[in-house]
Amino acid sequence: MSTIIIAVVVLSVLALVFGALLGFASVRFKVEGNPIVDQINDVLPQTQCGQCGYPGCKPYAEAIAGGEKINKCPPGGEGTIQSLADLLGVEPEPLDAEHGAEKAVPTVAYIREDECIGCTKCIQACPVDAILGAAKQMHTVIVDECTGCDLCVEPCPVDCIDMIPVGVDRNNWYWQAPKTGAALIATDRQPSASTLVAEEHV
Amino acid sequence: MTHLIQLHEFDGGIHPPENKLQSTGRGIKKPPMPNELVLPIHQHIGAPADPVVAVGDTVLKGQTIAQPHGYVSAPLHAPTSGTVIAIEDRVVPHASGLTELSIVIKPDRQDSWIEHQSLCAELGLDDCDDIPADALIARIRDCGIAGMGGAGFPTAVKLNTGKYTIDTLILNGAECEPYITADDMLMRERAVGIIRGAQILLQILKAERCLIGVEDNKPEAIAALEAALLELHEEHHIDVVTIPTKYPSGGEKQLIQILTGKEVPSGGIPAQVGIVCQNVGTALAIAEAVDEGKPLISRITTVTGDTIVDKGNWDVLLGTPVSHLLKASGYQAPGKRKIFSNKKPTRIIMGGPMMGFALPTTELPVVKTTNCILAPTNKELPANDIAMACIRCGMCADACPADLLPQQLYWFSKAEELDKAEQHNLFDCIECGACSYVCPSEIPLVQYYRHSKGAIREERATYQKAEQARERFEARIARQEREQAEKDAKRKARAEAAAKAQEAKKSAAPTNSAADKASISTSTVQAATNSADLEKLQKQLTGAQAALVKTKEKLEAAQNDPDQADKVALFEGALAKTQDKIKKIAIDMAAAKKAAKTSTTEAGVSDKGDPNSPERLKKKWDTAHARLETASKRLTEAQEQGLDTVELLTQGLEKQKARVEEAKAAYEAVSSSTKNSSVAEVSTDDLNKENANDELNRKIRAQQDRVAKANERLEMAKAEGLDTVDALTKAHTKQLEKLAGLEAQLTPAGEA
Repeated sequence: MSTIIIAVVVLSVLALVFGALLGFASVRFKVEGNPIVDQINDVLPQTQCGQCGYPGCKPYAEAIAGGEKINKCPPGGEGTIQSLADLLGVEPEPLDAEHGAEKAVPTVAYIREDECIGCTKCIQACPVDAILGAAKQMHTVIVDECTGCDLCVEPCPVDCIDMIPVGVDRNNWYWQAPKTGAALIATDRQPSASTLVAEEHV
Repeated sequence: MTHLIQLHEFDGGIHPPENKLQSTGRGIKKPPMPNELVLPIHQHIGAPADPVVAVGDTVLKGQTIAQPHGYVSAPLHAPTSGTVIAIEDRVVPHASGLTELSIVIKPDRQDSWIEHQSLCAELGLDDCDDIPADALIARIRDCGIAGMGGAGFPTAVKLNTGKYTIDTLILNGAECEPYITADDMLMRERAVGIIRGAQILLQILKAERCLIGVEDNKPEAIAALEAALLELHEEHHIDVVTIPTKYPSGGEKQLIQILTGKEVPSGGIPAQVGIVCQNVGTALAIAEAVDEGKPLISRITTVTGDTIVDKGNWDVLLGTPVSHLLKASGYQAPGKRKIFSNKKPTRIIMGGPMMGFALPTTELPVVKTTNCILAPTNKELPANDIAMACIRCGMCADACPADLLPQQLYWFSKAEELDKAEQHNLFDCIECGACSYVCPSEIPLVQYYRHSKGAIREERATYQKAEQARERFEARIARQEREQAEKDAKRKARAEAAAKAQEAKKSAAPTNSAADKASISTSTVQAATNSADLEKLQKQLTGAQAALVKTKEKLEAAQNDPDQADKVALFEGALAKTQDKIKKIAIDMAAAKKAAKTSTTEAGVSDKGDPNSPERLKKKWDTAHARLETASKRLTEAQEQGLDTVELLTQGLEKQKARVEEAKAAYEAVSSSTKNSSVAEVSTDDLNKENANDELNRKIRAQQDRVAKANERLEMAKAEGLDTVDALTKAHTKQLEKLAGLEAQLTPAGEA
């Protein structure tokens, strides 16, 4: 009987000691904020386009941290989904088409300044303050700040905003990866349609 | 005498066929003047220059045509005199094959120089060794000198070593890449200029020594440099160091390692280890800029390859089209020969076979970094487009001069695992091409690395941009929140102000009403006091009147009683006094009544706006009535007491009656207009009463007249001592009685 009592007492004391230790640690080493949210936010492209259904990249990052799907970011595309999957240790999923398709080339907004009526609607829509102008004054886009989120296109009452692909100049040009060498292994497999098209272009 | 220099070795490196002899057979020649010179504004590393000439401008040789844009940039000068015929986008000699803004000059073939002089003469110094380093660097910058070894980094920027102390200047004359002999020929022919450039560089950097590294396959160049050293008496400061021939010993970091044994840290610059390295061509350009004032407008370019007849070096004006140079060299396109017609056209390579790039067209200008135009036959330099699988032989790792693992980098690059490639120090790769050269599978390794570097840079730029976008987005959100908060605060403040105003109004209204009340109360108090005064006065009046009556009685008694005859005068004085008192009281009363009236009217005005409302009129009428009553009462009293105020009172009564009539008429007018039956009834009742009163009053007046007449007659009779006095006294008494009866009738009528 005394053995049982000793065992119970010892276990209780141990439980109390470890409980106190854990309690102290949780207070002493408390982490402010949610670090995973910042990590997710770093991976997201920060276009602030809202195509994911959240009002910006940070809210989507918070939602992902809360269990939201990772395939709702068209500007980031497959690359972002892969990065998120690696970060969170989940399976990458194909991009959810419901939220839009990934752009083939990055674009920036361009205002046809002759047609601009100076309504400031696009200025209000721009999430990164990349449009310059004032009421009844012509507006223009600060190209370096534009994230190509398309949000200014919809509100324009005169449809004078174009999304134009970012041009290649010496600042952003870089060598293309070399084409992999000729197919050395003979095959009787029919080339797929896309390969044929690609070859035609070449 | 040269110092004994302990040479070091770098790992790796290769020994490709040199192929240099073909182009050293003849001296440097000048090609004929081309028809146009195309000068891209971006011939250096850094920001493109800004054109300062317009189309149609005439320019002189050496005139500045574009100014540097920012610190890391270089100006551009007209290579010959002529006219600017265009400033437009032209294809530039760059691996990308992109177009860029270029200034096109049509030479006038006069080749007339702009005014230029040595910096020494410009500053007016006697000893040219006294020129301050800043002035020298400024001159180098103004002359548009950019590294002529191939990279094109602005020399002035490189010479601004800032915090680093430089002990060694290294001039790079290694020229390790096959085929190229531009520096070799330059050293052979212009060694004095190079040594002069070294002197200027030493003056700028205040370095202890200068080493000129030349590969041992250029004995003529070494000899020329030694001769120049002797000529300029610099053999004790400047050493020409012969280094073994090995590719890529001409790489900046590799040459530094060979000559000093120091390794430039990864991602660092040579200044960090106290060394500045310059190409021999750059040194010559510096010497010309400082000593003659000539900007960088030409350079030595090797034109070689098996398709070239006249292989050799050319002193080429910048902007000269490659096609012009090829034509001058007797270039024969092999495609024109029947035997090669079924083959691919040969490539024209700018730079050497290891690090150069194939030109998309020959209509491209020679720029500041163009050290070689290589036009090989396909047999001579076969195009490599069949890359085989990597067999992991490891030869690339042996050949790498930067001690990298090319094979790993290749795998990572191919798999686009950029972060891993970066971790394997991809950015320390100097892209020398040694790995590709040794690769048995002929994999274009360098192209993979270049691609990966570009992709990583792009990723960094994207990340940078994303960070910027995030910051701007957060700033915007913060701003919007702040604005909202401000708006809310304003709204709240406004609401509070409004509430306060409301409250103030409310509290003011009670105070106002209180004040009103107070005023009313004061007026009522006043009225009350007035009425109290009135009552008091009335009492006094009654008291005085009673006293008067008593005094009169006493007087009569005294007059009748001879005993009291001495008291008559006393009584008469008392009577007069009492009468005075009564008069005074009456005046006071009148004043008090007036005050009361005004106060009540004031109160009435403050209470109600409309003075013509029936109620008010009614009140007026009532008060008039009340007054009439009191007036008639007093008249009765006066008549009873036989006072001399009777007449006054009668007049007052008349006035009062007139007022009553007036009030009545006004009231009736209003009440008839309102058609209030009850009011009408009341008015008719009142009217009847009034009529009765009028009747009585008239009778009273008539009676009063009679009384007065009787009184007169009585007095006359008394005065004349007539015997009719008794009869008259009786008649007078009768008349008085009648008057009293009438008044008695009037009083109840008035009261009713």
